[in-house]
Amino acid sequence: MAWLDMLVTASFWVAVLRIGTPLIFGTLGELICERAGVLNLGIEGIMVAGAFSGWLAVYLGAPLGAGILVAMAVGAALGLLHGILTVPLGLSQHVAGIGITLLATSLSYYFYRMVFPTVTEPPRIQPFQPLDLPGLFAQTPMTYLAFLLVALTAYVLYRTPLGLAVRMVGENPAAVEAQGIDVTRLRIGAVMVGSSLMALGGAFLTLSAFNAFYFNMINGRGWICIALVVFASWRPGKALLGAVLFAAFDAFQLRLQQLIGGAVPYQIFLMAPYVLSILALIVMSRRAGVPRALMIPYRKGER
Amino acid sequence: MRLEPRAAVPWTLSLAAPAGAVVVSLALCGFLVAWAGAPVLRAYAQMFQGAAGSLFALTETLARATPLIFTGLAAAIAFRARFWNIGAEGQLYLGAVAATVLGTGAIGGLSPWLMIPLLMIGGALAGALLLMGPTLLKLRLGVDEVVTTLLLNFIVILFVGLLLEGPLKDPMGLGWPQAEPIVAEGELPKLFGGMRLHLGFVIAVGLAVVLWFVDRRTTFGYAARAVGLNPQAAAYAGIGVRGVMFRVALISGGLAGLAGVSEVAGLKGNLTLDLSPGFGYSGIVVAMLAQLHPLGVVAAALFVAGIFVGADAMSRSAGVPTYIADVIVASSLLCMLVALLLTRYRLRR
Amino acid sequence: MNQPVGAQAEVVLRLRGITKRFGSLTANDAIDLDLHKGEVVALLGENGAGKSTLMSILFGHYVADEGTVEAFGQPLPPGDPAAALARGIGMVHQHFTLADNLTVLDNVMLGTESLWSWRSRRSAGRARLDRLAGAFGLAVRGDARVGDLSVGERQRVEILKALYRDARILILDEPTAVLTPQESASLRATLGRLVAEGLSIIFISHKLDEVLEIGDRVVVLRAGKVAGEVPVADADRPMLAGMMVGRAVEQPQRRQLSPGAVAVGLQGVTVLGEGGRRRLDAVDLDIRAGEIVGLAGVSGNGQSVLSDVLAGLITPDGGHYRLADEDVSRAGTRGLVARGVGRIPEDRQASGVIGDMTIPETLIAEDFRARPFSRFGVIDWRAARDFAARIVSDFDVRTERPDLNARLLSGGNMQKLLLGRALARRPRFVLANQPTRGLDVGAAAYVHQRLLAAREAGAAILLISEDLDEVLRLSDRVAVMFRGRLREADPALGPVTVERLGLMMAGQGFEHAA
Repeated sequence: MAWLDMLVTASFWVAVLRIGTPLIFGTLGELICERAGVLNLGIEGIMVAGAFSGWLAVYLGAPLGAGILVAMAVGAALGLLHGILTVPLGLSQHVAGIGITLLATSLSYYFYRMVFPTVTEPPRIQPFQPLDLPGLFAQTPMTYLAFLLVALTAYVLYRTPLGLAVRMVGENPAAVEAQGIDVTRLRIGAVMVGSSLMALGGAFLTLSAFNAFYFNMINGRGWICIALVVFASWRPGKALLGAVLFAAFDAFQLRLQQLIGGAVPYQIFLMAPYVLSILALIVMSRRAGVPRALMIPYRKGER
Repeated sequence: MRLEPRAAVPWTLSLAAPAGAVVVSLALCGFLVAWAGAPVLRAYAQMFQGAAGSLFALTETLARATPLIFTGLAAAIAFRARFWNIGAEGQLYLGAVAATVLGTGAIGGLSPWLMIPLLMIGGALAGALLLMGPTLLKLRLGVDEVVTTLLLNFIVILFVGLLLEGPLKDPMGLGWPQAEPIVAEGELPKLFGGMRLHLGFVIAVGLAVVLWFVDRRTTFGYAARAVGLNPQAAAYAGIGVRGVMFRVALISGGLAGLAGVSEVAGLKGNLTLDLSPGFGYSGIVVAMLAQLHPLGVVAAALFVAGIFVGADAMSRSAGVPTYIADVIVASSLLCMLVALLLTRYRLRR
Repeated sequence: MNQPVGAQAEVVLRLRGITKRFGSLTANDAIDLDLHKGEVVALLGENGAGKSTLMSILFGHYVADEGTVEAFGQPLPPGDPAAALARGIGMVHQHFTLADNLTVLDNVMLGTESLWSWRSRRSAGRARLDRLAGAFGLAVRGDARVGDLSVGERQRVEILKALYRDARILILDEPTAVLTPQESASLRATLGRLVAEGLSIIFISHKLDEVLEIGDRVVVLRAGKVAGEVPVADADRPMLAGMMVGRAVEQPQRRQLSPGAVAVGLQGVTVLGEGGRRRLDAVDLDIRAGEIVGLAGVSGNGQSVLSDVLAGLITPDGGHYRLADEDVSRAGTRGLVARGVGRIPEDRQASGVIGDMTIPETLIAEDFRARPFSRFGVIDWRAARDFAARIVSDFDVRTERPDLNARLLSGGNMQKLLLGRALARRPRFVLANQPTRGLDVGAAAYVHQRLLAAREAGAAILLISEDLDEVLRLSDRVAVMFRGRLREADPALGPVTVERLGLMMAGQGFEHAA
């Protein structure tokens, strides 16, 4: 059974982690936003902007680490915009999020064309190289960072006063205000942090997985992350599990495609991640765990 | 500072809101135009010229607006009932597939009077059918329709790619992934000789008027609005919330499907993978600019189409990347959201 | 705790000239208020008099347009709940500000540690919570999920939240509105212990008896102004009532009627919840024409579920719901409306009006499909407007314009609108769920008058209410719900009193369930 052997090879798991890393970042970022009660449909566009800005910074001569910081700053800025629109202004989180996605994507493409008006082949950079740590599959530093961030997010959410406040503001913002914490600042802050992680997910693609910025590079990964948050019941540990599981399926279908390619149209394989996301949503639909105040705007003094 | 609800929204404000949003958005994007080294006002003037400066330009804009009216209506009617159909893009493509299956020779010998309605109905059914999945998942299992409709867009486009390289591939297409052209009886007639504007535009505007009547004057329109504004109170009063949502979804998906038919049978002539440059997503912007009003959708679609058509002209003459159009449209959406808020609330210190 | 507090006692809280306007409404008009150490001030006023607004300003939810607040001699910065908390002001809101999915300890500890601290000191927090709970007799488990607690327990958590932060001034907003009479008594005991520890308390209420029992001093608010201020020792009911309402409100009287045939009958109505839990457990109830049956109970014991069954929103899993002789268990909302059931929902904002629709649109919500409001699916807006004009004048709805959006009406006028919608069709069964909640005395009396008129016109009425006085005053018979079951207070066993209902609400008489 060739396809079973494949599951135990190291190269398979290297691929799994490479596919999974941007999803881990994105899912974690969306999870933080939603835990604070704000749905962030800007994720798709923020990932595009993160991929583009991080890559552009490195292309213009910044070190890779600075590229990461630039991507995170751009993500946080877009998060700030989404936060202002949805928290103090209380606008529809659905429509504002779609707007952020459209804006971030079109701005990235516009800037790209401004900087490279004529190129047909995307310019390349020198991306992160895999670190071969003993006992681990060789991965780039960003993958290790993703795993670290899962642990950090879980710790902050469940073990620190700040995490308690974030969880509480997603459950009942009035309770947070009654305890003297500013709901608006807390929510906007959470959206900014979450958005910077999403941008990191995008930047992984241009700074680690590949070495250039392509249009349509994110290709629905952001939407998949939103499905993964539901699948994870809004828990960081399960988000990691979901992202890796998802990546394993994806890596598996890629191998399968090589194995039996030709017999089945390749589009069927490419559909797999999206179909899988929908299935994940259906499977988890009956489970609880959704923050009670998700998508409900809070206006001070209004009941 | 706090927001205080207004007692009533004067109609002048309802009209001023989108106008203000557009002006602010154009002003903000002026910085981007200036950065590209173009004189802002002249660039915008060229844009206007390109969109409405001649009869040809105007018909191009109207042709561009046609699919946007369909997808804008699809979004508007769904959002009114607070059903978040973000999948118009996929529904559009599936509608185009249906038109291609029915209209490339499988059925022959019909007069245009039968063929065109057949394609329209087939496309609308295909779009509606696609949206049934997310709708049933939402109503039966509580699965959020935003994510499912978004993900279906990607699945449908891959599916279309599969069809264009397989069963629907045009043997005369020189290897390009494209379908056979729609038969002559199925083509939507052009409105003026030598221009691309076609019957689809008339149908789209007609549907907008019909939907406006449905919304204001019929029991179904009333029920849909009640469900959108307060589903709990609507249910208490005896309005079947699920039934209303189901029907709204059918209509919304059908309208998006019609956009695909109109593009394939009216403008392009055959199905390709670049049939829609994101009409499904722009439809959301159109709907919001129109404040979800069916007649407003027509006006908003004309604006958005004008931006896209005009941006091409501006790009050619002023050297501003065409993506400026997408930026203007996206920022118009965000500005419109804020403007809408200001029509319903006033700022008080 | 009714001993007078010496005028020399330290003033812990001083409000001067507090004025707050919302648009054209002046919610607070130049209010002065002093609170002394160890004192209980009862803030009395009817709904809408400005009590909650005043306390929200004190606590920093709102910013006053004019006036100052001083706590312990220092001015309090406006609009800053954190500053109020830091000065030792604690507030128990009428609608609890707790997160149901988190634990008691989570809710109590939130905001008590620096947000940027790397570790939450849970065990120290737990110890402190247990110590406070013990000292003040507020037993509650720190690890319990708040959503699993009873209403009385949640209120204890709210008080503990304030005590945990060393509150010296405690504000309680209508704290007994949701409690049984017995739970209220236990709350009073707790307040006694707090005052003995030197805390000062502001107790907000619209119930005269309660105020006379608890306060040292009563401050009466009326239409945003201080209408009077008296030591409790010098006050009595009529005097306070006069100050609070400022005008004579005629209480409608219930005339003796001999009830007719059974109009509504419930036999063994059962509704199952998650995991087979019985949300309604074999409920039997008959209501006759021309009769009001009052239904009391602590919220969450099945009244809402019963109301949903009677309104047609839920189909019961077992038993029968009959109108006259017809089983209508499956008739659904529209079927019931068509058969002459008039319904007044529990929460008029959430399930009553559609806030962004106009008055005519709101009024036709139940029968827009029928003539005269529509023909062949096309709505006749003129008929709707005519109908609305009739309801607005018949039911005394005060509105600037006949096509105002419903959300802009005051609570009382909104309720009159819904009352009109329910009663205009001369229903044979009226389901009135909390029909006067949050209304001022005048509006409440109006609702009572219309319900009594409907009774005299021969309707069977079920009145579900948390206001026991209302239940006793209007009802021909009274029943109580406890854990999904329903028992009637048998008049053969002696007079039905608030105390007796209170005991039943706590479960007495439900032990030997079939």
